[in-house]
Amino acid sequence: MLLRHTSEEIATRSALTINPAKTCQPIGAMYAALGIHSCLPHSHGSQGCYSYHRSTLTRHYKEPVMAATSSFTEGSSVFGGQANLVQAITNIFTIYNPDVIAVHTTCLSETIGDDIPQIVSKARDSGAVPEGKYVIHTNTPSYVGSHVTGFANMTKAMVDYFSGKNGKKDKTVNIIPGYVEPSDMQEIKRLTSMMGIKTILFPDTSNVLNGPQTGRYKMFPKGGVTVDALKMTGSSMGTIALGLLTSGPAARALDSKCKVPCEILNMPIGLTGTDIFIDTLRQVAGVTVPDAINVERGQMIDIITDMHQYFYGKKVALAGDPDQLVSLVEFLVSLDMQPVHIVTGTPGKQFEKKIKELTEHLPCNVNVFAGSDMFMLHQLIKNEPVDLIIGNTYCKYIARDEDIPLLRFGFPILDRVGHSYFPTVGYRGGIRLLEKMLDLLLDRKDRDSSEIEFELVM
Amino acid sequence: METVVDLSTDTEKVSPETFKKEILKQYPAKVARKRSKQIIINSVGEDKCTPEILANVRTVPGIISQRGCCYAGCKGVVLGPTRDIVNITHGPIGCGFYSWLTRRNQTDPDQSKDKHNFMTYCFSTDMQEEEIIFGGEKKLRLAIQEAYDLFKPKAIAIFSTCPVGLIGDDVHAVAREMKEKLGINVFGFSCEGYKGVSQSAGHHIANNGIFTHVIGKDDTIGEGDYRINLLGEYNIGGDAFEIERIFELCGITLVSTFSGNSSIDQFANAHTADVNLIMCHRSINYVAEMMEKKFGIPWIKVNFIGAESTAKSLRKIAQYYGEDALIDRVEKVIADELGAVEAVKNEVYARTQGKTAMLFVGGSRAHHYQDIFHEIGMKTLSAGYEFGHRDDYEGRKVLPSIKVDADSRNITELEVEQDEKRFRPRKSPEEMDALTKNGVLFSEYEGMMPEMENETLVIDDISHYETERLLELYKPDIFCAGIKEKYVVQKSGVPLKQLHSYDYGGPYAGFTGAINFYKEIDRMVNSKVWSYIKAPWEKNPVLSGGYAWE
Repeated sequence: MLLRHTSEEIATRSALTINPAKTCQPIGAMYAALGIHSCLPHSHGSQGCYSYHRSTLTRHYKEPVMAATSSFTEGSSVFGGQANLVQAITNIFTIYNPDVIAVHTTCLSETIGDDIPQIVSKARDSGAVPEGKYVIHTNTPSYVGSHVTGFANMTKAMVDYFSGKNGKKDKTVNIIPGYVEPSDMQEIKRLTSMMGIKTILFPDTSNVLNGPQTGRYKMFPKGGVTVDALKMTGSSMGTIALGLLTSGPAARALDSKCKVPCEILNMPIGLTGTDIFIDTLRQVAGVTVPDAINVERGQMIDIITDMHQYFYGKKVALAGDPDQLVSLVEFLVSLDMQPVHIVTGTPGKQFEKKIKELTEHLPCNVNVFAGSDMFMLHQLIKNEPVDLIIGNTYCKYIARDEDIPLLRFGFPILDRVGHSYFPTVGYRGGIRLLEKMLDLLLDRKDRDSSEIEFELVM
Repeated sequence: METVVDLSTDTEKVSPETFKKEILKQYPAKVARKRSKQIIINSVGEDKCTPEILANVRTVPGIISQRGCCYAGCKGVVLGPTRDIVNITHGPIGCGFYSWLTRRNQTDPDQSKDKHNFMTYCFSTDMQEEEIIFGGEKKLRLAIQEAYDLFKPKAIAIFSTCPVGLIGDDVHAVAREMKEKLGINVFGFSCEGYKGVSQSAGHHIANNGIFTHVIGKDDTIGEGDYRINLLGEYNIGGDAFEIERIFELCGITLVSTFSGNSSIDQFANAHTADVNLIMCHRSINYVAEMMEKKFGIPWIKVNFIGAESTAKSLRKIAQYYGEDALIDRVEKVIADELGAVEAVKNEVYARTQGKTAMLFVGGSRAHHYQDIFHEIGMKTLSAGYEFGHRDDYEGRKVLPSIKVDADSRNITELEVEQDEKRFRPRKSPEEMDALTKNGVLFSEYEGMMPEMENETLVIDDISHYETERLLELYKPDIFCAGIKEKYVVQKSGVPLKQLHSYDYGGPYAGFTGAINFYKEIDRMVNSKVWSYIKAPWEKNPVLSGGYAWE
């Protein structure tokens, strides 16, 4: 057994986290910053942080993940990291020449109390920031929230630093996609363009973290939201924020800074989530939904009706991030499946409340824990087995020990490709999720059926 | 900023001097001055003397290096592969999360009686704001208690992350207290990420900790005529298993490995071995040095990467013991194993011969893997360590002349004395002299540079910019580094072999490993995929007249 010391008996723990279902803020900030065109994320801390974040993001995306660091030493930890950051800014613009440096802090620089805007203004005064170049920042103390919080904070920093008003309202809709895959961001753009809506999507990691092999490495790939586009977000007619935790703060900041009204929706994962997204788009932009989208929706429902018998009543355990889990649980419930164990490492009672609302009519008991870990998830599964696990790659240790199929979803996926190329949002994304779930459930049925009951047609 | 000259059209003529000049001119003056001492054009003189290289110094902020931190070196590298210690990271969640199973250290818990294996688990105190403000010792104490209650391990180790040092949590005091209370071994490491200049500081701290708290605690003399320790082998992709297999064939007993496929019980007993064999000199030489002083165990540098290197290392061990039975048995094993190795080597040689490699990795692999490339006729154009010191480059002969700077001084050097009860010289001074004369060098590592050709580029702590320019100007057939560099290099159309994680392959050590590596490199440098990058319409974009169907 891989997790041979995990017992069935659940003991209360108040200090020890075992097998986390979250990681720290800075990595989320780094990922978000990569969604700005020609931006180099910068980690203000010791080298280990950026090295770990780059490694993890690279293992997930199988793409170059560029970022820089202030390389704190013991001295800078005592005297503050000002000299390091000023030097880093000078070097980055001289050697790598991005348009934007997006600084995020770490537990180290937060504990010291480094004042990033003050240091950046010092760098600017010393001439380290060339004309037309930007240094933005956000505070991402690793001991608060999770990687989700860091992503939300860096996305909000894009508003704080760039969004402005040009005096008139454009017929543009801002879309904040939340902590999703580059493929999801691409899919959202495809849907809005099918509807004929002009949008600004930020951050946008498509074409940054799912780029083509061209034989020529480009440190700053084609993708990413441009600074010019970010500046225009304050003139858009409205903002649709997907995901309360990851996109809410930026949307609200844009509202209070530039009076751009916002709708904060669940992520468009699954049927209902996508329906609400498309319908909201239709209403705010005053367009009709094109037939091509109706066809995609119809295909998704067709698959559900065709294969409903295999989904019905199946028990599922999920680990992941709150925004995704809310939409996924809603999706599973719509398929008449039973999400019975739901765990996130990200703290927040609101999440537990929301999941309880979504699952209140289910004919089964539902365990939901925020600020928990995968050790807990595993123990829950040992107490009440499930038919399917949905979660990141770390869940495969549970899946193998308990002999339960695993649908890889969320962050990080370290052992498979595809997630950055094929979406899980929208109707097409929903179809992909259905196909993946069905494959897992039916492969299991094929494996477990007796020779007598083995089916050709299913 | 000067424009960079494009020399890529005539790569044959890019001399290392030109390369160096090109690189330095892109840098701000201060950076250029420092980097000029870290980019060295190799020349090997008499007595294997090479030019001096600047190493183990701070990375300049903003430069984009490959390096990680002290915590990564301590918790991730050295202690990571110990299966039966509950390793608790004291800090916010990230550090524990990122070092959870990501280094591919294989282990076989069924080899231990209790079958403990905690390597698949990540333990963290997940420090919150409250602990940063009011201190985290209380939570740490409780976390240790909870870990003990749940798992009943025989040892618990605590690893400090950056904020722990800043807020002044005394992890060692908590460890002592809990050791007393629980009656098991509990020990702490002050391996905060900001210490030192790279992972290297963490290796040293880990070595000190294991030496202080574990080695020498179990005096049982086990069975076996030839009892050795293998130091600095982390069992990535099963390397240690392959080496164990070969030792077994030779009749050599492995007392302990630091720390691949290890158990804390083996560490406790390691001081009973006859000799220490060092694979990764950088990460573990401290333990070897201290064990020699305290217990009288001599150490020899070995290399099990490459079939010839493996054979050479085995012969050294046999020579150390000097007994015909062992010498004959080792020769027989080598002869038996080399057959299969030669067959594969001969098969791939025609396809790999003359190809070029660059290696920028770690503190020993950039050196070791040059041997195996050489075996299949490949030439190393350039190499460097991520966190090596001058002795890893130039050899231990330069140790007396290494200036200890403030960053290194902060890492404690343990004062080690002879253990009156346990010190036992393994060989007489005369025997040691005789062996040395016959080529078994004790306490010696000759370094990477003396074995590299003249005019090759040796680059310490290579930056992203330098990597890009190397690829552009020299177009090597393969580049070896880590995950962060992997796709940068491959997007440039050059395959990258990860020498930290082995790209999830391996083993590459020993004889089986050599076969695996030959095949893998053949696959990589001859893969068809690179020839498809240009689409047909890009290769021949001109319309030659009319439409095809007209």
